[in-house]
Amino acid sequence: MASFGFQLLKRTLGNRSAAARFFSSAPYTPIRATLFPGDGIGPEIAESVKQIFKAAEVPIEWEEHYVGTEIDPRTQSFLTWESLESVRKNRVGLKGPMATPIGKGHRSLNLTLRKELNLYANVRPCYSLPGYKTRYDNVNLITIRENTEGEYSGLEHQVVRGVVESLKVITRQASLRVAEYAFHYAKAHGRERVSAIHKANIMQKTDGLFLKCCREVAEKYPEIKYEEVVIDNCCMMLVKNPGLFDVLVMPNLYGDIISDLCAGLVGGLGLTPSCNIGEGGIALAEAVHGSAPDIAGKNLANPTALLLSGVSMLRHLDLHDKADKIQNAILNTIAEGKYRTADLGGKAKTTEFTNAIIDHL
Amino acid sequence: MASTARSSSTLLKRFLATRLNQSRSVTYMPRPGDGAPRAVTLIPGDGIGPLVTGAVEQVMEAMHAPVYFEKFEVHGDMKAVPPAVIESIRKNKVCLKGGLATPMGGGVSSLNVQLRKELDLYASLVNCFNLPGITTRHDNVDIVVIRENTEGEYSGLEHEVVPGVVESLKVITKFCSERIAKYAFEYAYLNNRKKVTAVHKANIMKLADGLFLESCREVATKYPGIKYNEIIVDNCCMQLVSKPEQFDVMVTPNLYGNLVANTAAGIAGGTGVMPGGNVGAEHAVFEQGASAGNVGSGKEVEEKKANPVALLLSSAMMLRHLQFPAFADRLETAVKRVILEGQYRTHDLGGTSSTQEVVDAVLDALN
Repeated sequence: MASFGFQLLKRTLGNRSAAARFFSSAPYTPIRATLFPGDGIGPEIAESVKQIFKAAEVPIEWEEHYVGTEIDPRTQSFLTWESLESVRKNRVGLKGPMATPIGKGHRSLNLTLRKELNLYANVRPCYSLPGYKTRYDNVNLITIRENTEGEYSGLEHQVVRGVVESLKVITRQASLRVAEYAFHYAKAHGRERVSAIHKANIMQKTDGLFLKCCREVAEKYPEIKYEEVVIDNCCMMLVKNPGLFDVLVMPNLYGDIISDLCAGLVGGLGLTPSCNIGEGGIALAEAVHGSAPDIAGKNLANPTALLLSGVSMLRHLDLHDKADKIQNAILNTIAEGKYRTADLGGKAKTTEFTNAIIDHL
Repeated sequence: MASTARSSSTLLKRFLATRLNQSRSVTYMPRPGDGAPRAVTLIPGDGIGPLVTGAVEQVMEAMHAPVYFEKFEVHGDMKAVPPAVIESIRKNKVCLKGGLATPMGGGVSSLNVQLRKELDLYASLVNCFNLPGITTRHDNVDIVVIRENTEGEYSGLEHEVVPGVVESLKVITKFCSERIAKYAFEYAYLNNRKKVTAVHKANIMKLADGLFLESCREVATKYPGIKYNEIIVDNCCMQLVSKPEQFDVMVTPNLYGNLVANTAAGIAGGTGVMPGGNVGAEHAVFEQGASAGNVGSGKEVEEKKANPVALLLSSAMMLRHLQFPAFADRLETAVKRVILEGQYRTHDLGGTSSTQEVVDAVLDALN
């Protein structure tokens, strides 16, 4: 009898503490997110991100995964099946720089992620960092690039000696998908204009199909202005007056070039955030710079790119107030100029920079 | 007293002599008969084309340059370039043209591209440089972009596989890659340029751009005095907007060349001022440097405010090509003086002048 009572007591106490946990937590339950720290400077900057997110009380629980040292036969690459399943389950992830090991018999890491998670759009917000002066001020644009097909289909062959053909494939499905995402993003973030970049005067059927899909989607969003710009004009306008553009949506190759051009306008790949969107609402934010093995482990790396990518991830999760808080802290720290890492012209260490951001929160 | 007077007068004479000889170029010894007027095919084109080619005609007449123009009407919505025009260019070997607008996705292939393929004008050249007087964000820009003009992504071979799936072929051949690489190095050699950079995306398009790079490397070994390096196209664009002074001559396949040329033109002052042209083994067509398909907005045509500088500088290149260097120098000096003075500038350079006002200023500056 007593033991029965004891069991009952334990069970109710257990339940109550569970209930207490449920009701006393923050308005959001902790969201699980996959974190790939990556190689080289990856682990240091990932640590920086974790500290800042904790200090800002962001309700995210990180699940860390590392690139393996041997090829996983289930994925044909160094990324394990568990890592991929984790991203699929959690639906959000943050990825640091990964150095692709050289060799044959396996797919590149980025290609694996892209194909397995069906990451169809690459979103790169480019805005001038106040306090870090480049030749261009007031840059504020987003580039959205189709990530799966186009010129990067990888379908090449040698016809006869000295003649090579490479296929560029554009499908209605992929173009519609990325156009939908572009307009949805523009609406969700209060952007006014979407520009489709193309070369349809020369590549009439392929880029023509892309434009047709963009026009169809544009009709569904009458409040957003839509325009089409030929890519050579776009390049020229971007370097003369980047303020002319708002959201840019483009097929794969043009997107690659234009998004790197825009990164150059604001200060380079070391400061640029990026986010890959996959089917079913998966978002994998990543830092697009290299793993910089020469400064790995020396506490000299600049975590800004990974931090801003984390901010994009928060925006994707609709945690806009936290995202704004962290972004403002980062921008204020850089604007103040007291703590800047070596690549921005300062002398601070990664940890000092991180602490300065936490102070600004 | 007399000696100082004499020495001061010699000083004065020497001073005047240097000032008068300032604009005289290096002596060029022509062959007898070289001064006979040469025929040049002129295609005014669409949009602002007639306006800017008209500007060139006026300046040529004012200079009494030994060229006369055979004008032909060609418009971008024609099915093909009329055979009479092609005949004329084959006869004259040199052509000057305004832009031809291509209707978007309209099933008509671009006439600009057609002309280049028909005449095998395999090299397209754009010279992007800072013009003194135009402030830009970047200084020390002096880039020549040499772009393969006949194959690559502009092969025009597209087809719909099934409804909703379209394929486009990009063709790269060793023959074309080799000849453009040879042209690029030869250009660098003849124009005293120190470095040639090949722009590619061979990490993704391993076979196609790999073949292009292979050809460039082979030709580079034949010019040991010229530095050669390679750069991936996305990194190239990023470097162009941050450190353009590192580039000298750039050789690229077709599509990347288009983008790089426009980006370089943009950082150096805009496509309204950059000269350029297309050249093949036998013919040369001079046109606005970058963005030849851009015929300007309707407003520019109406208000007659198109920028004639690009086509004027291209026509100076044409005069040099025809071996009339003194006329080319005079034209370039006049145009550069007008830009430096800054009083007459069209809208894209930040001014409010019309085309005719700029032309009048150039005519005044000619000596």
